[in-house]
Parts: sequence; C-alpha cells; structure tokens
Amino acid sequence: MNPDSLAALSDSLFSITVALYSLAVVAFCAQLAFGRRPARTPELVAAGGGSAPAEPAPEGPAEDRRGRRWGVVAMGLTVLGVLAHGGVLVFRGLATDRLPWGNMYEFATATVLVAVVAYIVFALRAPALRHLGLFVLAPVVLALVLIGLFLYAQAGPLVAALRSYWLAIHVSTAIIGFGIFFVSGIASVMYLVRSRYEARLADGGAPESGIVSRLPAAAALDRVAHRTAVFGFPIWTFAVIAGAIWAEAAWGRFWGWDPKETWAFIAWVVYAAYLHARTTAGWRGRPAAWVNVVGLVVMIFNLLFVNMVSTGLHSYAGV
Amino acid sequence: MSVESPPRAAAPPPPARPSAGRRVAGRLLHWWRRLTAMRTAIVLLFLLALAAVPGSLLPQRSLSQNKVNAYFTDHPSLAPVLDRFYLFDVFSSPWFAAVYLLLFISLIGCVLPRALEHFRALRAAPPAAPRHLLRLPDSGDLVTPLPGPQALDVVEEELRVRRFRVVRREGELSAEKGYLKETGNLLFHLSLVALLLGLAGGKLWGYEGSILVTEGQGFCNSFQQYDTYSSGPLVQSGDLTPLCVDLEDFRAQYEENLTAASFTADIRYGAPGEDGRPTTIGVNGPLRVDGARVYTTGHGYSPTFSVTRPDGTAISDVSVPFLPTDQSTMASEGALKLPDFGAASDDQLALEGFFAPTGLVQNNILTSVDPRPLAPQVAIVIYQGYLGLDSGIPQSVYSLDASQIDRGRLTRVAAANLKVGESTTLPDGTTVAFTGYREFASLQLSHDPGQVWVLVSAISLLAGLLGMLLLRRERVFARVAADPGGGGTVLTLASLTRGSGESAPRFAALTDDLDDALAARVPAPHPEDRPRES
Ligand code: HEM
Repeated sequence: MNPDSLAALSDSLFSITVALYSLAVVAFCAQLAFGRRPARTPELVAAGGGSAPAEPAPEGPAEDRRGRRWGVVAMGLTVLGVLAHGGVLVFRGLATDRLPWGNMYEFATATVLVAVVAYIVFALRAPALRHLGLFVLAPVVLALVLIGLFLYAQAGPLVAALRSYWLAIHVSTAIIGFGIFFVSGIASVMYLVRSRYEARLADGGAPESGIVSRLPAAAALDRVAHRTAVFGFPIWTFAVIAGAIWAEAAWGRFWGWDPKETWAFIAWVVYAAYLHARTTAGWRGRPAAWVNVVGLVVMIFNLLFVNMVSTGLHSYAGV
Repeated sequence: MSVESPPRAAAPPPPARPSAGRRVAGRLLHWWRRLTAMRTAIVLLFLLALAAVPGSLLPQRSLSQNKVNAYFTDHPSLAPVLDRFYLFDVFSSPWFAAVYLLLFISLIGCVLPRALEHFRALRAAPPAAPRHLLRLPDSGDLVTPLPGPQALDVVEEELRVRRFRVVRREGELSAEKGYLKETGNLLFHLSLVALLLGLAGGKLWGYEGSILVTEGQGFCNSFQQYDTYSSGPLVQSGDLTPLCVDLEDFRAQYEENLTAASFTADIRYGAPGEDGRPTTIGVNGPLRVDGARVYTTGHGYSPTFSVTRPDGTAISDVSVPFLPTDQSTMASEGALKLPDFGAASDDQLALEGFFAPTGLVQNNILTSVDPRPLAPQVAIVIYQGYLGLDSGIPQSVYSLDASQIDRGRLTRVAAANLKVGESTTLPDGTTVAFTGYREFASLQLSHDPGQVWVLVSAISLLAGLLGMLLLRRERVFARVAADPGGGGTVLTLASLTRGSGESAPRFAALTDDLDDALAARVPAPHPEDRPRES
C-alpha cells in the first residue's frame, strides 16, 4: 500500500474506533441499568450497621445474568475499539515512516489509547472495577471526538527538531504517564462522587437507586486511583528528565521555564503532593482525591492550552 | 521523623521564669520544627508550583524580550505594575528564590535527621515481637508436632531464604526486610537537595552567548563579540572557555512538502590562534568541548550587494544578514548601511529591504513561496543622506532609523525588485547590484557547570523514587507455645507491612509455605495442620 492509502486507512480506523467505543459506552450503560436489582438495598444498610459506614463489597450484590452479559459485550467492544485505535497509530506510523506521535493529533490519540489500555488491564485484574467502564469510556469518546474535530493533522514528515531518538523516549513515556494519570483522575472523580453517597448512607440517608449506588465501593476506587498514580509517577518523572536531556541537546539548555516545562513541573509537584497527601493524616480520602483531580486538570491544561494558546518551543509539534 | 508530626510543644514546660535567651532559643526551635515538618515542605512545594504559574502565562524576559516589550505597548498602565512585582522575571525574582530557599532548608532539615535515624536502624536488630501478636492485621496460628525451638529453626531458615534479617529471642523471633524502601526514600529526598544545588550552581557560574554568523565568518568566546549574552553573577570574563568557531558551510534540507528536514553547519573550532578541527553540528547535535556547548539555533540568508559610484569607487559583495520573518518561506527583512561610502557625512548610503529565497512578483509586490534558494530576489528601497549612526542613540542593525527619514535627513532615492545579477541606478549615477546570497547561522555558546550534577541527581532521584514506591517494608514475628490440646507446639505468626500491594494474600502465602516446610520436617504430618486465621 502506498503512504496515501495507509494514511486514509488510519483515518477510517479513527472513525471506527470512535464508533466502537460509543457502542461500548451504550453497553456499559445497559450493564449498569440492568446490572443489579434495586430491591437489595435494605439488607445492605443493615449489614453495614453500627458505627462503621456501610461499605458494600466491591462486587456488590449478585448481578443478574442480563447485566453480566451486557458487561461482557461492553468489554468485548472496548477491546475491539482498542485494536482499531492501535491501528490508527500503526498505519499513521507506516504511512509516514516514523513514530506516530509527531504532532498534537497523534500525541493526544496515543494518550487516549494508553488510558483505555490501562483501564482494560485494571478491569482484567479486578473484575469488580469493570463498572468503571462507562466513566472511563465516555470521557474517552468525548476526547476522541474533540481530537478529531480540532486537532486533526494530515499525515506528514517530522520537522527537523523532532528527528531524534529522544522522540521515542521522551514522548512515549509522557504519553504513557499521561494515559495512566487519566485513569487515576477518573477513579478519583468517581471516588469523590461515591464517597459522598456512602457518607450519606452512613448518616441514614435514603439509598438511591441511581448509577452512584452501582459504582464500586469508595475504598476500591481510592485504591485504584492511588495505585495508578504510583505507577504513573515514576514514568512521568522519567519523561520529564528525558525531556530535559533532550532539551539540552536541542535547545541549548536542559531547563528554561518554557511554558510546557513549567506546566510539566507543576503537574509533577501536584502528583507528588497527591502521593504525600495519601499518607498524611488529615489529608487522606477526599482532600487527597481533590489533589489528584487537580493533577488531571493540570495535565489536560498543559496539553491543550500550552500547545494551542501560548507559544513556546514545544509549539512546533503543531496542531 | 514521622510523616505526620502531631502538634508539638515548643519546648518542655518552662521553669518559673526562663531567661530571655532561653525563650528566644525556644522560639527558634519552634520555628525550625515548623519549617522542617513534612507538611511545610509540601506547602512550600505547592507554593513553588503556584509561583511558576504566572511565569507561564505572562511573557518572560528570559524567553523573549520582544514579547515583553509588546506587552508593555499593549498594556501601558498594567505592565509597569506587574513589572514592579517581577512578573516578567518570575524565575529570577526574589520571591521565587525565597520559596525555593525555604523549601531547600526545609528539605535538609527534615531529611538529615531521618538519614541518621535510618543509619542507626540499619545496624539495630529488628524490634521484639509485640505481646499480642494476634492483634496485628495479618496474623494466625500454626500447629506442629515439632518442639518449639525446632519449629522456630524452620521459620528462621525460611525467612532467611527470603532475605529477611532474623533475630531469635527466648521463644520468639523477629524478622525484617525492606530497608531499601527507606533507603530509596532518603535517596530521593537527598537527590532533590542535590538537584537544587546543581541548579543553583549552574545559575551562578553559567553563561550563554548568541551570535549570528555568516558563512565564511566566525567568532571567539568573549562577551564583547556576542550579539546578546547572559551570565551568572560569579562568572569572570577571564574564565570563559578559550574557543573560537568558524562557520564554513550551512545547509538546510527540506522534504517535498517543504517541512524542514535538517539544518547542519560545518564548522571549525579550536583555541584562539589554532587552526581548528572541522566538525558538523546541527539540530539535536551540538558541539561539546571543554564544558562549552555550541548550538545552531536558527538560520537565514545574507544577500550580497555591490555598490559602484560613477567615479568607479566600489564596494563589492558586502553581505548583510536579513532576519527571517516567516520560517516556512524564509521571507526575510534587513538593512544595509554604508556610512563611510559617500564623500561626506550627509552623503551616506543605505538600503532597506525584503529578501525572498524563491521570489514571486505579483502586481509589483515580491513574496516568497519556498524556503529554498531556488530563485532569490530582493525588493529594496535605497536612501541617501545622514544615517545618524554617530548620534549616540543605538540603532538596530536590521532596520534604518525611521526618525532620520521622518526628519528628512535620509531621503528615498530609488526602489527596485532585483534578481541575482540585476542592478539599479540611482539619480546620481551610483549603481546598486544584487550579486547573490550567503547563508548565516545563529550560533549559541552555553556553559553550565551544574548540568552534569543535575543529571546525576535526577537519575538518583528516579532510582530512589522507584525504591520508595515499589519496595515494601515487612516485619514478621513468630512465637511458640506448647499446644494445650496435645504434645505439639502452637506457632503464632504475624506480619506488618508498609508499602505497595495487598498484605493479606502475601501473608497467607507465607503461612502456607511455612506450614509446608514444617510438615516436611515431621515424619507423618497431621492433616489438621492448616493455618487458623484469627
Ligand atoms: C520535609 C520534607 C519531607 C519529608 C520529611 C518527606 C517524607 C516522606 C516520607 C516519610 C515519605 C514516605 C511516605 C510513606 O510511604 O509513608 C515520603 C514519600 C514521598 N516524598 Fe517526601 N518528604 C518531604 C519532602 C518531599 C518533597 C519536597 C518532595 C518533592 C516532590 C517529596 C516527594 C515524595 C514522594 C513522591 C513520595 C512518595 C509518596 C509515597 O510513597 O507515598 N517529598 N516523603
């Protein structure tokens, strides 16, 4: 196949990916809708009784068969989506004969892929967390649609400054770190929602039959958020160090407070603070989760604002 | 020092009337403890991040003086106020330095005592087993027919294989592993201190100079020669690396769609007076020599002109760099000033113009359509009169002084679009010819004595981080007692884990392994020898 048709194939796969993920979102919704019988709540509160807050087991009460089937369909669609998503990047890479993260469209697409893969790995290892699917995949679909609309760039060669093996090292690790932080941030948002619900239950509030009651337990969400952040932090640290090494060779200094560098540093500090907060009394739980959410906002700000609005040395990656 | 330090009393309850010196010392100690608490470090870290925000949102002098100037023009009343608070020099401002220094002191104050404590712990034996082992989160009993000491032997052996440090005491055993986790933690925090030191050193003793060099020319490393330079407060001009660089050839290569593919400069470098060694530098590939690094940070074209007066005096092939205004087409602008060419000070000659490496003229307007020099053209306006160069007011070398033109001291005498080889004749008979072009490179020489130090610190920071996050610290305790129900022994096991991962499954696996090992020592293992989880 010639480069043009490879690039066209990559573009079609992008649409297919969005379609598959959207179907997976529908299936995840169905899983949540049919997943559990709302009748179970009274025993649950009783079981939690006493002073301990009610904390349903991560699995929750027995899922009915219909719900489970929808869950399998949703995971299947997600996996198919990931294959197509990987194809978007592979064929971009083949069409241009280089690593497929030379501009913002490719970088953002790869980041979202890492996020979905990180989610799938988690869901395989802890089936209870599959219920998180809707909340990962819905932002993913939104992100991909925005990427397709606003960041799309024609397949093309790299500018001179990016022709370095540091592209493979620095940008790949930044993508992986970002993708993992994405899942971590979503888990913290879910945790914030769910823990408020659990606190209300513990105060004797009426249990809702809405989606919140079907989320994994707050403690499990908090653990996912922490573990992913622990995994992502060294990777992000490495990405920043690798960026500094590359900057020394490309721009004449290893650190110059270029906007991208500044925000990478800010994100690093916020995630370090999150890890500390998790082990500091008075900060555990909701305050720590908020710090993690701030981290995610900083990461997204760094990707969008710094590339599109301000001009720095990183801007040549292009929109 | 613990992660969470409970509010501490400033000092032990004071005697009836402490001396003033005592009280001051107590107060200082109080503030020192406050400053070195981990919570303070985190707050300072947050402040540092927050302090960096305006540095990324407002233009910074360190990045682009032009943008700062533009900001001053756009916001004439706001900008001076912001400037008063160093908001255009955030990263060299006193308040940024204050946060940075406080963080630095806080880190040292909290890490050093921890390092000492850890060093002592490394050599101390694991602590004795707590009295009520079954109250620990992971604990359980095993029953074995082996006598107590023998059962402990088996446990000790198994734990040593797992690289625990084991201490036997009367009827019990303590074991510990994972000291590396704490070592990693200390390494991380100490590396952070080292990194800050390296950064500071680089700022104090580092310097950087930029210069625009046309092919065939060169420069030597001295502040007088640079177009712009910056240097740390402790740099003495005598300390500069003795290095001269000559630019022999510059090449820019482009893909079919005109994406820049590579920029390379063939240079010669060496000590002043030396012949110099040839090498090639380019994007991502600087020259590194004796602590100095030479980069190509940009490039452009220097058109060359020949000027001939009617009486035959001539200047031929003077080249003058034109600055690119559009990197994608390399359309460039610049000026040529010839103050000494005419007979008198009001007979100076200058031209200002536009260079297109591949020119296209439409409606008599020249534009550039390609960054490669396929069909170079210039559009020039020629002036004669007084340039004002000796008036004492500094002028840009890339443009004429507009006030001289406004005042009528410099008058426009001709304008022309020229291809290579073409010329135009002025009213007084002088001809100006466009004879060709050379390429120039923007070269930058940098020296940062801290950067290797920073790199090493960063790598050890990462290693410490991995150790701290991935390793776990584990203590295992065992105690034996006679089995009240029979002739055997009850072995009580417990563990305490700090760090990543779930501890319960690991403890269950350990108990199972120990049970198997105990059973292997007994001729006929009893089927009920399963762990009884408490
Ligand atoms: C007063 C200064 C500080 C002290 C006493 C301190 C102490 C500690 C301690 C005890 C831990 C281990 C937490 C645990 O696993 O229980 C830790 C972890 C950590 N520290 Fe610090 N720290 C200080 C400052 C900093 C600073 C300025 C940073 C900068 C980013 C930092 C980054 C980290 C990170 C990323 C972790 C890993 C978090 C975790 O494993 O939970 N620390 N620190």
